[in-house]
Amino acid sequence: MMTGVGKYLPLLASSLRRKRLRTFFTIASIVVAFLLFGLAESMRFALRSGVEVAGADRLLTMHKVSFTQLLPASYETRIKAVDGVAAITPQTWFGAWFQDERNQVPTFPTKPEAFLRIYPEISVPEAEQQAWIADRGGILVGRSIADLFGWQVGDTVPLKSAIWRREDGSDSWDVTVRGIFDVPHGGDTRQILMHQDYFEEAKQQAKGLIGWYVIRVDDVDHAQSIARQIDAMFANSPAETKTSSERAMAQSFVNQIGNIGAILSAIVGAVFFTMLLVTANTMAQSVRERTNELGVLKTLGFSNRGVLGLVLGESVLVTTLGGFTGMLLAWWLGIQFEPVLDQYLPGFRVPGSAFAQAFGIMASLGVIAGAVPAWQAMRLRIVDALRQE
Amino acid sequence: MTIAAAFNQFVTVTGMNLRNLPSRLGTSLVAVVGIGGVVAVLVSLLSMGEGFRAALDLSGREDVAMILRGGSADELSSSITREEFNVVALAPGIARDARGPIVSGELYTIVDLPMRSTGTAANVPFRGVGDRAMELRPGFRIVAGRMFLRGRDEVIVGRGVFAQFGNVDLGREVKWGSQTWRVVGVFEAGGSVSESEVWTDAVVLRGVYRRGNTVQIVRAQLESAGAIARVKANLEHDPRVNVTVRSERAFYADQSRILLALIKYVGTTLAVLMGVGAVFAALNTMYSAVSSRTREIATLRALGFGAAPVVTSVLLEAAMLGLLGGVIGGLLVYLVLNGYQASTLNWGSFSQLTFAFTVTPQLLVTGLGYSLILGLVGGLLPGLRAARMPVTAGLREL
Amino acid sequence: MSAPPAAADASRPIVRIRDLVKEYRRGAEVVRVLDGLSLDIAQADFVALMGPSGSGKSTLLNLIGGLDRPTSGSLEVEGLRVDQLTDASLTRWRADHVGFIFQMYNLLPVLTAERNVELPLLLTNLGREQRMRRVAAALALVDLTHRAKHRPRELSGGQEQRVGIARAIVTDPTLLLCDEPTGDLDRKSGDEVLTLLEALNDEYGKTIIMVTHDPHAAERAHRVIHLDKGLLSEEHR
Repeated sequence: MMTGVGKYLPLLASSLRRKRLRTFFTIASIVVAFLLFGLAESMRFALRSGVEVAGADRLLTMHKVSFTQLLPASYETRIKAVDGVAAITPQTWFGAWFQDERNQVPTFPTKPEAFLRIYPEISVPEAEQQAWIADRGGILVGRSIADLFGWQVGDTVPLKSAIWRREDGSDSWDVTVRGIFDVPHGGDTRQILMHQDYFEEAKQQAKGLIGWYVIRVDDVDHAQSIARQIDAMFANSPAETKTSSERAMAQSFVNQIGNIGAILSAIVGAVFFTMLLVTANTMAQSVRERTNELGVLKTLGFSNRGVLGLVLGESVLVTTLGGFTGMLLAWWLGIQFEPVLDQYLPGFRVPGSAFAQAFGIMASLGVIAGAVPAWQAMRLRIVDALRQE
Repeated sequence: MTIAAAFNQFVTVTGMNLRNLPSRLGTSLVAVVGIGGVVAVLVSLLSMGEGFRAALDLSGREDVAMILRGGSADELSSSITREEFNVVALAPGIARDARGPIVSGELYTIVDLPMRSTGTAANVPFRGVGDRAMELRPGFRIVAGRMFLRGRDEVIVGRGVFAQFGNVDLGREVKWGSQTWRVVGVFEAGGSVSESEVWTDAVVLRGVYRRGNTVQIVRAQLESAGAIARVKANLEHDPRVNVTVRSERAFYADQSRILLALIKYVGTTLAVLMGVGAVFAALNTMYSAVSSRTREIATLRALGFGAAPVVTSVLLEAAMLGLLGGVIGGLLVYLVLNGYQASTLNWGSFSQLTFAFTVTPQLLVTGLGYSLILGLVGGLLPGLRAARMPVTAGLREL
Repeated sequence: MSAPPAAADASRPIVRIRDLVKEYRRGAEVVRVLDGLSLDIAQADFVALMGPSGSGKSTLLNLIGGLDRPTSGSLEVEGLRVDQLTDASLTRWRADHVGFIFQMYNLLPVLTAERNVELPLLLTNLGREQRMRRVAAALALVDLTHRAKHRPRELSGGQEQRVGIARAIVTDPTLLLCDEPTGDLDRKSGDEVLTLLEALNDEYGKTIIMVTHDPHAAERAHRVIHLDKGLLSEEHR
């Protein structure tokens, strides 16, 4: 029977042509439903991939009490000595703004060579890398920031800090753009990296203190035990540490935004329910109008179950046409908007798994919507049906 | 045709339509549910926004100034020395009473507590307050336990924190780092953002976190709402200090900016998309309504009824269906969601903000308005078709 | 199409009806439409069933075609007890052996003439090419090849009925059952249709049972049977 299904397609398709407007509106509302579904899945995927992009082989060591507390710079050598630690750099929240207080830019004093080893996914031309390492007053700027302010390599820019004061009393931290970086496989380019040495020497307060450490471990499988080792090293000291993987931190951040997953599912669920009603109503009307025709089909020899199949097939055809169109639209929109959203929500696109899910939803919604009318069509008595106009 | 005649026609046609309605119940229900769903989602999202705004607005008074380090956008990164604090406290425009200037030097840091809902840790603001801090929060009241004693490792928690997070029951000890604190009380503060915070004595906090003699922000009661300009002009040009001065209201408005923009952006997109879907459902309903009455409409037209009463009656029916959907959707959201407490990440302060879904009358009106528009759009084309239908074609159906 | 055109042979009845009873429930009432009817119809015969409304002639046609079940009695077609078949078997039997022609044509308005005629063939195992060949042959027989791609609303009443006939014969059925085939047609179109039916009977040996109230149509039949109140009342040739 399945092999022969194709031959019924013209019959199914033609019944959709019966009331063109009605079919169009029904399919249109299904398109909208699946468009929303596709967008919701894209959002879910983007939030998840933000987490996935974060390295599992990178650890962050911060002050146990609060990430707002500073750690001694002296911890660096001790952590580096731990077995399995491949590279380490300190970082601090600089709190930079440029020209206008409202232009806050995430800026981190760090150790350039270690930094580049720890974040291999960053792409910077070799020459620029060397230039940055060589110039103490140099900064490495992410592509989004560079584009935003129109900075070129070689520009000297005055940064201000909302937190840090300079020993020499001046307000301005003059730095030179030595390199611009991209993250080809997705990641944050809204950052500026400056030299830790330059920062340490020029700052007035908190000498010998840094914000947190970023550590790269040799083997992902050892990450947990290395983290524990580090924390054990500084337990009961005045500045206790808490070390966790970058990925775990990203995940907990997403968790804090709230149960977005549940909200998205609720909305999409409500939309699909409405769409189900629309389709069911359309199918019910369609069958009601065709009582006579269905009777004729039965006289021609279509079995009761055959007629049931025809009605269900029509219903599934409607939901599938709408569903595919909606998903394609969502996919296309994802491609259009991904670059725009990249800053806040990298990786905004419809994942493959969503298509598979969508297909299942299309089929089941088609069957559910058409179930009652199909049942009625099946049970139709030929003699009664033919009597109708 | 006179107005009276037109009106009579309109009433007749409408009456006919309405009497006919029960036979089209199924189809009509679809339009109602479709539009109702859109309104429900819209009102839910907007009420979330209202909840944020309420939580932050309630905190933002025009006659209280927030003084931070120059260039700081948030309390976390600000830092003010003792000398600067002294200068600030004496600025003209700041209210004074017998005890001196009404100011509170405060410290602000972030700690973590497990969320009751997920069990995972989330950021919570931990504020060290001066002894006049309570005067600067209207509606401040201890609702359980007692106020912390100065100089002791005691904390009080806001009502919102108490509801959303674990480990903060009265009498419980909570450990952050190597320091243990005892929870001695729960406070409310007029529903403001303070209820999302944990408080202790600024002096103790300073000691534990080795902040020397600095504070992070200064809150000051102003002589009047208008005084903000004077204080701002004064302090921002004073060479002895490096500060920015804003009213509390402006400060919190800024903080909620990102969150509210997100809600507005997402909410609008969603409402428009869903609205389009609902319009298609409504169009279906109305076209089917019109086609089921082709015969009657044709008869009326043959009898001399004009096109306008026909169109108007269709529009009216569509509008009513839309409004019904709007009422049901709005009411549902009001009954289920209004006052429901939740929390989310406040981008401005990088910590959890507790808020309550707030369904205001304006919101319901907005929802109703939108449902009306959706209904009308769904009824327009079918109405026009009903009016332009060739009379003979319709009569042939007889 | 099957050959050979054999003349009506009364000794080999293709339809054998004995004591056929059909009752309907109308609320609390029970109405007896057929009251113990017995009838034989020979192969390749052309029979007209006439009678006043309510006489049961359409009911009889429906029963013979397997569209409905008798309350009691026996109904045999080509030796097969049709009244004893299960629903599924009855449906299959009907698809293979019966062709219907209706007063209101009952074509699917959304399909072209071609596709309408193809419908019964979808239930067979024939491939697309074979199906289309049969459809072409059927349409040629009713002289509507040039209208194959037209929809019913583009055809005249007479043309629609001829498409209906093409659909009825495309499976090469044993019986052709017609319910008031000329009822909705003007004189000229009606004549065309009747001529076609005669040809099918004469040249192709199809057994035709036609319900009609039009004496003009009945003239074309070889045998006219009158029904009244569920029983045979008279018969003539």
